Amino acid sequence: MSETVYKRNTGFFHQVYHVAWSDLMFMRHNFLNILIMTVMSPLLYLIAFGYGLRTGETSIGVSYIAFVIPGIVSLSSLTSSFASTSTRVNVQRLYYKSFDEMMMCPLNISAIVLGKSMLGLVRGLLGCFLMYALGLFLAPDLQLTPLAVICICLSCMVFSMLGLLAAMLAKSHQSMATFNSLIILPMTFLCGTFFSVDDLDTVFQVILYCLPLTYSSSCIRAACLPDVIDFPWWCLAAMIVFAIVFFLINHYLLKTRKI
Amino acid sequence: MSDIIEINNLTKKFGDKVAVDGITFSVHEGELFGFLGPNGAGKTTTVRCVSTLTNITSGEVLVNGVDVTKHQIDAKQYMGVIQQQISLDKDLTIRENMISHAMYHGMGKKEREERIKELTEYFSLGEYLDKPVDALSGGWKKRAAIVCAMLHQPRVLFLDEPTSGLDINARRLLWDVVKKLNQSGTTIILTTHYIEEAQVLCDRVGIIDHGKIIALDSPSVLIERTGKMCVESMVDKKTQYKYFQHMADAQKYISDNNLDDAIMRRTTLEDVFVELTGKSVGDQR
Repeated sequence: MSETVYKRNTGFFHQVYHVAWSDLMFMRHNFLNILIMTVMSPLLYLIAFGYGLRTGETSIGVSYIAFVIPGIVSLSSLTSSFASTSTRVNVQRLYYKSFDEMMMCPLNISAIVLGKSMLGLVRGLLGCFLMYALGLFLAPDLQLTPLAVICICLSCMVFSMLGLLAAMLAKSHQSMATFNSLIILPMTFLCGTFFSVDDLDTVFQVILYCLPLTYSSSCIRAACLPDVIDFPWWCLAAMIVFAIVFFLINHYLLKTRKI
Repeated sequence: MSDIIEINNLTKKFGDKVAVDGITFSVHEGELFGFLGPNGAGKTTTVRCVSTLTNITSGEVLVNGVDVTKHQIDAKQYMGVIQQQISLDKDLTIRENMISHAMYHGMGKKEREERIKELTEYFSLGEYLDKPVDALSGGWKKRAAIVCAMLHQPRVLFLDEPTSGLDINARRLLWDVVKKLNQSGTTIILTTHYIEEAQVLCDRVGIIDHGKIIALDSPSVLIERTGKMCVESMVDKKTQYKYFQHMADAQKYISDNNLDDAIMRRTTLEDVFVELTGKSVGDQR
């Protein structure tokens, strides 16, 4: 057996990369499938809601297509980031048991949380920016702004960590499906993606403002339409709070092994 | 011989259920230690506690002198664990699984490439390296899992039911692998409910039942304590076992009781187990 002594890369960011590496390899092996899955549903939403159902101008003075595309971008961040992290971790934890294998290695728990969220972040960004690029082509009112990039990255990270949380709490594949039906599906349609939450009754608004996608769609829409909507900084702050809360819950679950 | 693992009064509860009940024992460096017990006796829970996969309820576990509760990351560097269920990532190739595992331990490219080459040659896994996990049979998957667990050169290797689900040929091949690893200096802790496995491989065996260690010594000493010779006879349509230290005593017992159909044989570890626990090893809790 080898006797050479090597220096080990145990720095925090090295660990994040090391945790993410196997998931990124998985993405590389399945890139075409992932690309199709990432693009297909937002594209269908765009055709169905953007062109099929409504046309004309909205109350804020832009075309409906310019209004709905930022909503679909935020929706992409939810569906792509949540689904890729939750599915992969769920399979690794409950079926392959390779998640346990990782947990027995000398890794910082924060690095595990961030590393395991990387697949969702990368896939979410891929979906969001493809849709964003298409939006810039279809709706001249939309602008590419640094704030939009920041909001999209933050949104993908929030939903990826939510995916990790759901996968760690899931006792079976079925309980993941239930989580999807109860939390993700309502968010998809109601959280300001296809219509403004402000048009709804106060009771519904209160409920919808408990969900992170409402803040995500508000931020991304305002950042994409800076000449029309004032940027809701408080929504960005709320997104950051969601990110911190999801991170801390994930950290707690891993530290206490309540998974 | 120094102790690489020291377990003091380890208790693990799941709600009201006590899975491990205040066990205390130590494992010497370089030893091949077997943990034997019926299904649900607490073997796997003990391994999960020692390997930090499950938080302990109370007690102390030291690996190479490092407390696994207080200094988890340090303690994990000394350990390699092979779980009962093969825990390779089936979406990756064998090589990618190995690289991923090496990266978890912070191994740089040069080190991990050298180790993978060295260990895959050692375990004759070279031709399977770039195949997907499911292209391998159960025995080869176990070997690949052992390579993953050995990459970072752990001082202690935990093997949880390593031959469970393998056919007899694959099982014996894996025994050779385990012996080879132990001879190269790695301390091995093996949990099993295959008595033969414990008897063939282990320097010392701890028998666990209802979360408590009820016997701990080398297989030969445990057998000697029970009696080296066993007489198996039918009494009232039930098999009765009697143990004797000497063959002459066993023969005298057979003739004194006119047990014409009795079988006299050497006592096995399974006999010891049944004597101590009152049940056979495969029995469920």
